[in-house]
Amino acid sequence: MTRYALHPQVGLRDEAFGALAYHYGNRKLTFLNDARLVEVVRTAADHEDIETALNAAGVPEQQRPAFLTALRRLADAEILTCE
Amino acid sequence: MRVTDRLSRGLDAPICLTWELTYGCNLACVHCLSSSGRRDPRELTTEECATVIDDLAQMQVFYVNIGGGEPTLRPDFWELLDHAVHRKVGVKFSTNGSRVTRSSAARLAATDYVDVQISIDGADAATNDAIRGPGSFHVATTAMRHLTDAGFGEFKVSVVVTRDNVGQLDDFAALADSFGAQLRLTRLRPSGRGADVWDRLHVTAEQQRDLYTWLLGHPNVLTGDSFFHLSALGEPLPGLNLCGAGRVVCLIDPVGDVYACPFVLHDQFKAGSVRDDGGFASVWRTSPLFLSLREPDSPGACTSCGSYDACRGGCMAAKFFTGLPLDGPDPECVHGHGEAALLAASGSGRPAVGAGHTRSGPVPVAIGRRPV
Repeated sequence: MTRYALHPQVGLRDEAFGALAYHYGNRKLTFLNDARLVEVVRTAADHEDIETALNAAGVPEQQRPAFLTALRRLADAEILTCE
Repeated sequence: MRVTDRLSRGLDAPICLTWELTYGCNLACVHCLSSSGRRDPRELTTEECATVIDDLAQMQVFYVNIGGGEPTLRPDFWELLDHAVHRKVGVKFSTNGSRVTRSSAARLAATDYVDVQISIDGADAATNDAIRGPGSFHVATTAMRHLTDAGFGEFKVSVVVTRDNVGQLDDFAALADSFGAQLRLTRLRPSGRGADVWDRLHVTAEQQRDLYTWLLGHPNVLTGDSFFHLSALGEPLPGLNLCGAGRVVCLIDPVGDVYACPFVLHDQFKAGSVRDDGGFASVWRTSPLFLSLREPDSPGACTSCGSYDACRGGCMAAKFFTGLPLDGPDPECVHGHGEAALLAASGSGRPAVGAGHTRSGPVPVAIGRRPV
């Protein structure tokens, strides 16, 4: 089971289009272009696993693959930690 | 909507904020954007600076680029740095290196959220010192050695590209490498004292093409999106490729005035002051100047050019200080439209630029250094 959490060195700032994520360690800026994705990123650590987090954010079934891919990319970019 | 379209409408807070802490400087570089030299008695007090930092923290500005003048000349520099870090506002500061001693390098290496950028403008002392003053290359490279020895990690070596140093790009890369640093190249702007030397020092059309090719081959070299006007040569350079002035970028000057970008210190681009009611946040969010900069660009004279989507008409500051209309080509337009416009505009159109805080009298030839 995959569980994500916002990386402790990342700051998240809400914007009209979603949010900006900034990693204070590698100084990279990432754009999150979807409000629900921002919600999932922000709350991922509060849930047992990513499925529960996606449920809580109301992400429809047919969009799950896209969200899971996006989350994996965010983990690769060290925006999220993964366990 | 593309990210660049979103950004061009502006954000709730800047991404890239430059804050020039003081007009005081122990160098007198010929191309200084802010015409620095003497401190200004009206510079923000320590308390006012702390309030600005608190406002930036509140707005979730992730980091601030601190410069000057030479920011480390302010006696409260280290105190303000600590305050910013404490409030989780990251700091990247630009310095000529004169105060980066062995002990301050160790202190910097031990601090998270801090990045250091050391300026040189030549890969050897002769080329550098002609721009930045006698002894300045030695001082800068000594500071780099201190940072490397202290285990700081990947600091930045920052170079303004000129006609005289553009042939040294490989040497700059090798120099940065030798210190475990990252190279950063930026564009020479005709701003501040740069207006006096721009005609003589800005890169030629041929050099621009070589620079573009070199940048494409070195994607890890930082540019602060300086050279987006070169994207009209073909494949876009890495970066956002848009003018961020008032949209994602702005500048706070030493007396607290807020300008659209670091290269337009002129009344026409002044949005307000951090000393106004509502402070910095209010200037950023409500100034009529910034709101107008967030409107869609008009391509103006560039309408019929097929490259407009790539270069977006180039740099507002470069146009303004060379007397070109803001809705026309950049003076360094890669298709030569800027050169043609400059010929037509010759001389009379350039805005008056005063001496600013340039010191009168002789420039010191030696740079004071504290004992290491």
